Amino acid sequence: MTDITSSSAAVLAGLILSKKASSVEITTAFLDRLEKLNPKTNSYLHFNRENSLAQAKRADQQLAEGKTVSPLHGVPIAVKDNLTTTDAPTTAGSKILEGWVPQYDATVVRKLREASMPILGKTNLDEFAMGSSTEFSAYGPSKNPWDLSRIPGGSGGGSSSAIAGHLAPLAIGSDTGGSIRFPAAMTGSVGAKPTYGAVSRYGLIALASSLDQIGPVTNSVLDAAMLQDVIGGHDPHDSTSLPNSLGSMVQSVKEADVKGLRVGVVKQLSSDGFQPGVKACFDDTIEKLAAAGAEIVEVDCPSFEYAVAAYYLILPAEASSNLAKFDSVRFGLRVTPDGNPTIENVMAATREQGFGPEVKRRIILGTYALSSGYYDAYYGSAQKVRTLIQQDLAKAFTQADVLLTPTAPTTAFKIGEKVNDPLAMYLNDIATIPANLAGIPGISVPNGLASEDGLPSGVQILAPAMQDGQMYRVASIVEKLYMDQWGASLIARVPDLEAL
Amino acid sequence: MSEITPDLVRHLASLARILVTDQEVEQLAGELGIIVDSVATVTKAVSGDVTATSHPIPMANVYREDVILPSLSQLQALSSAPDSAEGRFKVNAILDED
Repeated sequence: MTDITSSSAAVLAGLILSKKASSVEITTAFLDRLEKLNPKTNSYLHFNRENSLAQAKRADQQLAEGKTVSPLHGVPIAVKDNLTTTDAPTTAGSKILEGWVPQYDATVVRKLREASMPILGKTNLDEFAMGSSTEFSAYGPSKNPWDLSRIPGGSGGGSSSAIAGHLAPLAIGSDTGGSIRFPAAMTGSVGAKPTYGAVSRYGLIALASSLDQIGPVTNSVLDAAMLQDVIGGHDPHDSTSLPNSLGSMVQSVKEADVKGLRVGVVKQLSSDGFQPGVKACFDDTIEKLAAAGAEIVEVDCPSFEYAVAAYYLILPAEASSNLAKFDSVRFGLRVTPDGNPTIENVMAATREQGFGPEVKRRIILGTYALSSGYYDAYYGSAQKVRTLIQQDLAKAFTQADVLLTPTAPTTAFKIGEKVNDPLAMYLNDIATIPANLAGIPGISVPNGLASEDGLPSGVQILAPAMQDGQMYRVASIVEKLYMDQWGASLIARVPDLEAL
Repeated sequence: MSEITPDLVRHLASLARILVTDQEVEQLAGELGIIVDSVATVTKAVSGDVTATSHPIPMANVYREDVILPSLSQLQALSSAPDSAEGRFKVNAILDED
């Protein structure tokens, strides 16, 4: 019998389909492990054994009746806690939503249920997904299974640590400026941000609506492609959901062939500012691709220099508006000050107690960026930078089929190292932000351990909008080049959590 | 140097309906000053005529058929409210009494 908790989702799906293991057995194995080890990693904010097992049992019953509803039928999954679930609390990592159980399921959650994939639990995140380390979660940071004193990336560090720690075979993340890809790079897992609109945002607690995108966090590129095929597609509940299908991602993975591939290396994201070991891993990926027959070209994206600045105007602006709904009226926390307070006093007291420091910082920054007199200079300019970045990318994609960059400037840093330096924290997403501003798909694939600290590094693959299949195709090529060298995935080398 | 003064922070926080202590105001003024100085570089990035992008993927608005679909009941909509009465959300006074 294969070791269940270290198997890929594709393998587990095969076991279930061939009736070599049941969904109940597999779900139980993950529940046993996460109940024991979650206190070490703080990956999950909520889980409920009975509820997960009831879902697994239903999946098994369907199979017994000869019904298979999806290629991932019966495979359990973890869901980031900023997606609404009617059967579990949804906190978005914030005290303001502590104990809230939503009245409707996010479309992605509904699709997982329809695919008969039991939900293992809800994973930790920086409060309202604002952060890149999970240190801004109101429920404490998640820990990186490679080294428990380090961050697992953020905001989706609950999902990335669950994958790397084998506390889930699959997870859902959301990516506004890198919250899927950065944690994937920190933990040696695979994380994909689809094209904007490829996966419905209905039921995702909005951070910045023009940037947010839901996507897979997994052990392998094939697993990510399988999951995107399940969760993607048009949704009338999301007005920005793409009307057209992007095709089968799994099919693209199967077509992986390096012949004739033009790989672009972004001049602005390939030299300065990267940790030497991360840069060395990146150079190695490029050398491997060249040796395999890909054509390597350097592309120039001068406007990328302004991407982080534009992002930290657009994001707070949109977030300050989106988070206005947490006003103590319809759901969530209400704090009533002494005396005879007006509703405004109640709102201000509630938001003071309910929001953490990073959320307050970004709301106030966004309020500033949108205020009369500053709007054109800041928010207006930032939106123009967005156009320039799209133009740079459009030109780059005439020279190359995909663009490669290191996913992150460094490997996982120590918990506490950057928490008091907002600007240093913001720069973690320097390589991932352009994809969100332009709406294009991006994926992080593990490409080795940095020589100076032995921690995982990731390579990011960017493709033109709607060409998610191309992204998965090249990700699969890169993954295979490393599998040929390593003989197993990087995640197989994660230290034994039980011994830590 | 940025113009983020403690008074401006107090004003912005009140617009955003967040109560702030004097200590928080001081700290936020310092932090936001550094952040604003850094993001202000966008003003240098753009010269000449560049259109603004508010949405990454060009899309036209569409309307669905005007048919009634299932939605939350009044009871469900109120079920998470901190306070409710007579089928409505209940809140403190909207206007100051004096």
